[in-house]
Amino acid sequence: MVHRYIPKGDGEKEKMLETIGVESIDDLFVDIPKDLRLKEPLKIPPALSELELLRRAQELGEKNTPITSRVSFLGAGVYDHFVPLIIDHIISRSEFYTSYTPYQPEIAQGTLQAIFEYQTLICRLTGMDISNASMYEGASAAAEALLMALAEKRKSDNVLVSAGMHPQTIQVIKTYLHYRGVEIREVPLKDGKTDLEAAKELTDANTAGMIVQNPNFFGEMEEVVPFADFCKENKMLSILSVDPISLALLEPPGNQGIDLVIGDGQSLGNGLNFGGPYLGFLAVKKKHMRKMPGRLVGVSRDSEGKRAFVLTLQAREQHIRRYKATSNICTNMSLNALIASIYLNALGTDGLREVATQSLSKAHYLYKGLLETGAFEEVFSSPFFKEFTLKYKGDVKELLAKLRDCNIVGGLDLTEYGREGEILVAVTEKRTKEEMDRYIACVREVSA
Amino acid sequence: MSKIYFTKDHEWVKVEDGKGYIGLTDYAQDQLGDIVYIELPDVGSELEAGDTLGVVESVKSASDIFSPISGEVLAVNEELEDAPELINADAMENWIAQLSIKDEAELENLMDEGEYNDFIGEE
Amino acid sequence: MKYYSTLIFEISREGKRAFSLPALDVPAVDAEVLKSPLRAELDFPAVAENELMRHYVNMSQANYHIDGGFYPLGSCTMKYNPKINEDVARMPNLTQVHPLQPVETVQGTLEVLYELQQDLCEVAGMDAMTLQPAAGAHGELAGLMMIKSYHEKNGDHQRVKIIAPDSAHGTNPATAAMVGFDLVEIKSDEQGNVDLEELKSHLDDKVAGLMLTNPSTLGLFERQVREIADLIHEAGGLLYYDGANMNAIMGKARPGDMGFDVMHFNIHKTFSTPHGGGGPGAGPVGVKKILEPFLPVPRIMKEGDKFVLKSDYPDSIGKLRSFYGNYGVLLRAFAYIRTMGPDGLHEVSENAVLNANYLMSLLKEEYNLPKDQVCMHEFVLAGLKDPGEITTLDVAKRLLDYGFHPPTVYFPLIIPQALMIEPTETESKQTLDEFADAMNSIAKEARETPEVLKSAPSKTPVGRIDEVFAARAVILNYDDMLAYKEEKL
Repeated sequence: MVHRYIPKGDGEKEKMLETIGVESIDDLFVDIPKDLRLKEPLKIPPALSELELLRRAQELGEKNTPITSRVSFLGAGVYDHFVPLIIDHIISRSEFYTSYTPYQPEIAQGTLQAIFEYQTLICRLTGMDISNASMYEGASAAAEALLMALAEKRKSDNVLVSAGMHPQTIQVIKTYLHYRGVEIREVPLKDGKTDLEAAKELTDANTAGMIVQNPNFFGEMEEVVPFADFCKENKMLSILSVDPISLALLEPPGNQGIDLVIGDGQSLGNGLNFGGPYLGFLAVKKKHMRKMPGRLVGVSRDSEGKRAFVLTLQAREQHIRRYKATSNICTNMSLNALIASIYLNALGTDGLREVATQSLSKAHYLYKGLLETGAFEEVFSSPFFKEFTLKYKGDVKELLAKLRDCNIVGGLDLTEYGREGEILVAVTEKRTKEEMDRYIACVREVSA
Repeated sequence: MSKIYFTKDHEWVKVEDGKGYIGLTDYAQDQLGDIVYIELPDVGSELEAGDTLGVVESVKSASDIFSPISGEVLAVNEELEDAPELINADAMENWIAQLSIKDEAELENLMDEGEYNDFIGEE
Repeated sequence: MKYYSTLIFEISREGKRAFSLPALDVPAVDAEVLKSPLRAELDFPAVAENELMRHYVNMSQANYHIDGGFYPLGSCTMKYNPKINEDVARMPNLTQVHPLQPVETVQGTLEVLYELQQDLCEVAGMDAMTLQPAAGAHGELAGLMMIKSYHEKNGDHQRVKIIAPDSAHGTNPATAAMVGFDLVEIKSDEQGNVDLEELKSHLDDKVAGLMLTNPSTLGLFERQVREIADLIHEAGGLLYYDGANMNAIMGKARPGDMGFDVMHFNIHKTFSTPHGGGGPGAGPVGVKKILEPFLPVPRIMKEGDKFVLKSDYPDSIGKLRSFYGNYGVLLRAFAYIRTMGPDGLHEVSENAVLNANYLMSLLKEEYNLPKDQVCMHEFVLAGLKDPGEITTLDVAKRLLDYGFHPPTVYFPLIIPQALMIEPTETESKQTLDEFADAMNSIAKEARETPEVLKSAPSKTPVGRIDEVFAARAVILNYDDMLAYKEEKL
């Protein structure tokens, strides 16, 4: 049977073989030694028709409990912000999603322009000079940023990592840097914030850089300027991992002396998708441009002087520099970066501020409400943005289970992260007063 | 009086007042095409003959520049940071780095202009 | 295609908006509570929703794309992106799931991923699989890290050498560097085969492994692969398979049977997921038993009839990215493999190879074929037979005027004036004939009207772009463009 993705008319295969000058398809595979040829079909399930596959997918989906069927306060790096509908309409256009990497700029101006706009938006958001075309996601962007810091400082052999980073990011950093023989020194928190006094103790002449997340994993606000100053004094790069939504309100790190800004762009219009694909953003001050990993799009003009966009500074990258490239990264998350751009353009200045302010206001409403139940204790005293940590006086697992009965995903149990009895709660603009009141009421009921 | 020596990797070193000025040959710039960036060494770094002194980039290539001699980098031609095209314009007049000369005997291993011209004639 | 280069920032007019959010229903909290410096200004575009749509539609029309035309890009496997994949990857109950939800609530998702792992193991002839790597290069990173950990675990800290042929993708050497290995590049002969004698000369107790693409980047199957594997294994090294060219051999042969210990797939090549203008892709990595303890965590396992995430593997290399991989991409690959089944995947490789050989037959009159023999799923031409002043770049640019995306050019580096062509199985005979006609007309033009080729393309939205200007001026965002005084862009 002819497959629907393989266009071969009757007799065409035979005609083609004749042109080639062989008898059969097997003659084309003669280079594969006989003993290596598979003797029987692959043992994978048989083909499904379109209808059968849709049914199978539906059946698998029904084994999930998607967050759309519940009220979710789960965050920890992946946030349930509203995704404007226009995004899917744009990224569903074949011209965007079925196009290749824009190596032939004459017929890829759409993708190139979209990346140029993305780079501009990220620069404006972060206050940095240069953004690349995006990385895999936030955690590997953090690791790549530290590799960049190491490449920028001769004879460096260690880096500082704040214990307030997302635990998964710390794990990824450890994986990337272990194989380079780089020592990772974890800077502890003091009352929920990175302890710069402790950082000082851990710093030596061979420290390449330090990375801090703001707001940190526990939702607490870090002090950016003292961190940037500390790194400058110690001649190492300061890397700040940010929540892009928070930058609608906060001073851009580029204005605060930060050398490199990275983060995960999931919040910017990318759906949850069980962890990916998202995008990582990476933006730097101009002097670090040459050691930057990833693709960059620049503006130029064509043979007639018309404005045109093109991949540039490619001699930094693996396909040219090979063994001497800063990174082996080859791809960018073009379609996810497109999503992020559409998101920022759709919301604009006012919309992004609105999302940030609503998230902030609602998070504080819930925080206050939960404390007032008397069932929780404060853990930290620093300010927070859209996510916070509270300690439950009873059994957290039981609480979360009871909340599930109220159709609420109450947050992340931090017990697994070494913080017994604490939960991490995220609130986006999507949550309503009614939903939060239900959360609070359910807590009262459980704890009564 | 200065004397110029050449390498098989198409660098030149011009000796003046006991210091070596290092650049790329005209043949090299012609082969590379439009130069878009030159990575310069750090002043103060110590190089052995044959070490990578810098990198020269065109749009589609990145090539190492090897130091013809051993010595300390005394200065770099900062003009090239913003105007790498100067090398295309006049490769022999635009030095890249200035090195102290640790071992004059090393110069003996290099080619003079005539030998170099014969060498590129064969390439 | 049309020319459109107006930037969103040039359309923006204060007062417009494209968003709609419910009013705040709790007391507003002032950003002062953050006790952090606040930003004075934020300058994002202000446009209406319809303007935004038109902006992107106009932009998209300046893009070539697989739904619109043929991409004969060697080593890129630009095949059709099936539509059911897109629909499955948008099913709310499969996608509106948070990566930190309790595993009991994501059993359907874990079942998809588990089945995909099993299927990929079977296609590869491997024993275990991780879906975590986000791209092929990321998979290479995982693979070489596992190789390094394996040797370290055995106390072989002196094994620091990775061997790769000079025809390898640039990611191979770059990955070796990232993992802290030394690289030994060995020469390939004209057929892209490894020179066994040279290989032997590098084999000692410093060898950590060999990276190989098979079929090679020249589209030829390495017949001596078993001998190579034996030599590397005897020297105590491991073999890494770069899966870029898997589309040639599905259901025909398996890297695991050839002696490879670890490999990555490029899901966005072999398994039909869209390239998205440069990503996202996915780069699952399969291993033989000996490397299984080193796989990244968490691993997706089945216990009884439940699917679980397990992280308790003390020898694991750790995590390579957050969570579990590019799930949205993996869902599409799952849909594709279920659509094709075992016979379908076999058909894919047979037709990919048939198409490549057919196209090669049509082109070898006018273009240099380094070795006239059957190829696998792709082949490399060494420029025009009668080039005059015409380079491969000119041929590529002229193809744009004929409405085709050019092949991969100037790669692999070992072939002068290389044109690397991979038609994939999803192109019809008619399309291949039309493409060959275009290529052969260009060869004729090269003799008769070379100036047309030198100034090509002329029918694309923009002409040849001044890449030297881009690299020297380095204008990477709109604000720098405005600040650039030398000329108006």
